[in-house]
Amino acid sequence: MTSDLGTSSRTDQAARPDTGPARGRAGRAPRLVLAAALLLALVAVPFVVPSDAANLLSRILAFALLAVSLDLLVGVGGMPSLGHAAPFGVGAYVAGITAKELTALAPVQLVAAAVAGAVFSALVGWLIVRVRGTYFLMLTLAVAELARTAADQWDQVTGGSNGLVGIPAIQVVPGGGPLLLAGFRYWYVLAVAALGFGLIVAISRSAFGRSLRGIRDNEDRMASLGYSTFRVKFTAFVLAGAFAGAAGSLWTVQSRFVSPADLGFNVSAMALLAVVIGGRGRLWGAILGAALVIFIRDEVGAQLGGRGPLLLGITFIAVVYLLPRGFAGLRLHRPGRKDPA
Amino acid sequence: MTAVLSCTNVTKQFGSLKAVEDVTLSIEKGARHALIGPNGAGKSTLFNLVAGTLRPTSGAIMLDGVDVTRRSAAWRSRAGLAKTFQHSSLFLSLPVADNVAMAAQRTSGQGMSLRRPAHRLPGVDDVVAECLAATGLSGRASRPVSDLSHGERRQLEVAVALATRPQLLLLDEPTAGMSAAESGRFAELIESLPGDVTVLIIEHDLEVVFRLAERISVLHLGRLLADDDRESIRQNEQVQRAYLGDARPEDLFHPAAGL
Amino acid sequence: MFGFFSSNLITVVDGIAFGVLLFTIALGLSLVFGVMDVLSLAHGSLYLIGSYIAVSVSTAFTPTLGFFVLALVLAVALGSLAGAGLSFLTRPLASRGHLDQALLTLGVAFVVGDLLAQQYGREVRTVAPPSPFDGSVSVFGSTYPTYRLVIIAVGLALAIAAYLVIERTKMGALVQATVADAQMVRALGVNTGRLMTGVFAVGAALAAFGGVLGAPILNAAPGLDNRVLILGLVVVVIGGLGSVAGAFVGALVIGQVQTLGVSLAPSYAAFLTFGAMALVLLLRPAGILGKGRLA
Repeated sequence: MTSDLGTSSRTDQAARPDTGPARGRAGRAPRLVLAAALLLALVAVPFVVPSDAANLLSRILAFALLAVSLDLLVGVGGMPSLGHAAPFGVGAYVAGITAKELTALAPVQLVAAAVAGAVFSALVGWLIVRVRGTYFLMLTLAVAELARTAADQWDQVTGGSNGLVGIPAIQVVPGGGPLLLAGFRYWYVLAVAALGFGLIVAISRSAFGRSLRGIRDNEDRMASLGYSTFRVKFTAFVLAGAFAGAAGSLWTVQSRFVSPADLGFNVSAMALLAVVIGGRGRLWGAILGAALVIFIRDEVGAQLGGRGPLLLGITFIAVVYLLPRGFAGLRLHRPGRKDPA
Repeated sequence: MTAVLSCTNVTKQFGSLKAVEDVTLSIEKGARHALIGPNGAGKSTLFNLVAGTLRPTSGAIMLDGVDVTRRSAAWRSRAGLAKTFQHSSLFLSLPVADNVAMAAQRTSGQGMSLRRPAHRLPGVDDVVAECLAATGLSGRASRPVSDLSHGERRQLEVAVALATRPQLLLLDEPTAGMSAAESGRFAELIESLPGDVTVLIIEHDLEVVFRLAERISVLHLGRLLADDDRESIRQNEQVQRAYLGDARPEDLFHPAAGL
Repeated sequence: MFGFFSSNLITVVDGIAFGVLLFTIALGLSLVFGVMDVLSLAHGSLYLIGSYIAVSVSTAFTPTLGFFVLALVLAVALGSLAGAGLSFLTRPLASRGHLDQALLTLGVAFVVGDLLAQQYGREVRTVAPPSPFDGSVSVFGSTYPTYRLVIIAVGLALAIAAYLVIERTKMGALVQATVADAQMVRALGVNTGRLMTGVFAVGAALAAFGGVLGAPILNAAPGLDNRVLILGLVVVVIGGLGSVAGAFVGALVIGQVQTLGVSLAPSYAAFLTFGAMALVLLLRPAGILGKGRLA
């Protein structure tokens, strides 16, 4: 476990921008072409849209990485976390503190945030993954809210309820200038997010990913096949935490501000909504879900005078009743496939 | 011959009820051994004690000479024990081949591997193909489990169990709910298993039992009534009484029923 | 040792009052969870509805005991209706697993939170304690607000009543049996649907009742719903599933951690709360007095 985990987070941290979607399998040519076209379009975005839109897209990408990492837990592993904002927020704080106290180098912040997200998840996951069902929901929620309260109260480190302010703009290479323009920032976020998506998809397709699906479908059977189900679940929890932490650092890159609300229940709930909208277990669906959720909250909600929560609440209720499998459930291309959760 | 499985004075008590009482039993390597008895005799409880999903109240269970009484089900599986379930216990959202691969990748020590895509694991696909062929499911490899018939699911249970490369295979009422033709095919499948795999089977269909098992143990009201070769069991009066002649209502509706 | 107690006595009594309020939330959560296996994330909203009912009544009328009781009655009535409604909303999702039901109640919580904020504004609304209890009394030589002692008394009475209902009545036995093995109870031909609606309604009424009761000390503001919900969940984890005594003990423990902890180590109260929960989970995974299982 340790060696596999180590290699994955090391490659995660190396930040090679172009390997993400290229990890698609041979024999899936149409999808590969589609992914490449989408990536190209995303790369071209800053040339055609104003910087506000680039900022919105950066936020969406950071949030999408959070949602996809949550889907690894919820959709692939059957572990419905209501507290995935916790490793995300821990990563955001650690990235911000690293930026303020240590270096403006973004890759260093990214590594620190991913490690922090993983360490946090390991500490709480050691307890949490031992329980199932409603207890799992309850514990993840409680732990995340306690993390938020801690961020609120621990003001020597986090800046308390005022949040962490004065985070400098990032540099991507040593000696390079700070990325002040929204477009450049967006490219960095896109590169890291694409790498992150690629890695999570690779994890989900690995033998470990299969084991995780086995746990989701029938945990007791996995144990009777000789699996240490704790090890599988714990590893997934830590990996998802690492990616959530990385997503947190991307959020900080864009907003240059972290507040206790970033660890809050609303963020966890929105990430979960993104996963459910996209269709649990379809990792790419979570990206679309994330785009929709951020768009509803930031754009539509703002136009309705801050009624974002009302809209999100209605979306939740509507999705649960009308789209139990998310948008992915609308085209039933795999007959007999059951709702994984 | 060494015993692959030995139970010594195994007792399992639920409250005031002794579901399994003082059972001492040993299974030789390579044996085809059946465990029979009327409903509520404690057969499934004994299986669960052997597989590790229940812990005995007292007594010891040895697997291949190692005391496993306090070991988890997962540990026993890694030590070479495999069990099929009375009610099929499969991975319902996954294709047939993935169900078998789940066992094969664990057995080859790759269950936690992140290194390569699951369909390129060395050695796993061969085992999957072999186990599916052995159980007659080769043509169904890419179907979802939900497409399979009841009988096919039972076959898949065996394929999954075989993919763990077991020394000892426990089959819990494998032909329950099967048609006569299906159970006939199933018996053929069990007969075709490699000789070094020890098979212990719980079965209600006595035809299947007498066809497959060379040695038969009879449980009655949680106690071991008889443990002998096929012919002696056939002649055994006590067994006949437990099963047929003495079928008093209080036997059929004993509180242990269903355990 | 005595010095510590005398200097912190007021905080300890505050903690008991806070714990009693948490008990009103946690008991409902624990019963709904135990009987229906539903995590109701709208439970904090029910509490907040109660608090805002207190706000409305106390701004419309003079804060006398009579009107306070009126607020309590209104809250209980509205709360049970809301609870029955939630029970009907979640039941069709029962076959789809825990997450969908939780998500539905979460959606309801968002909607209710937004509507309340729209109606009552985003600023903190205070409620005066009802008139005979708005003064203070002398407790062991320190002055202490009377109303908090009233909360403790009411909470104790509530706990005893709930305990008697659950432990001594046929209804309570049924609830306990359902917590232990819902399938068995259903197999015995009990109409679990009605039982579930009843439990949901009672749990919701308790939360709304707690909201009125707590309004004079915790006020009413957006976000309070989440805060009490989370602490209620922690209490359920600590106290154990479907156990009245467990919820009470858990609530008192968390009440102390939240008040005494905050006063002694202001930066670390959240860690203390988590620590208490982790400790219980490690030592007694089913909760201090719980009967249920974790799986």
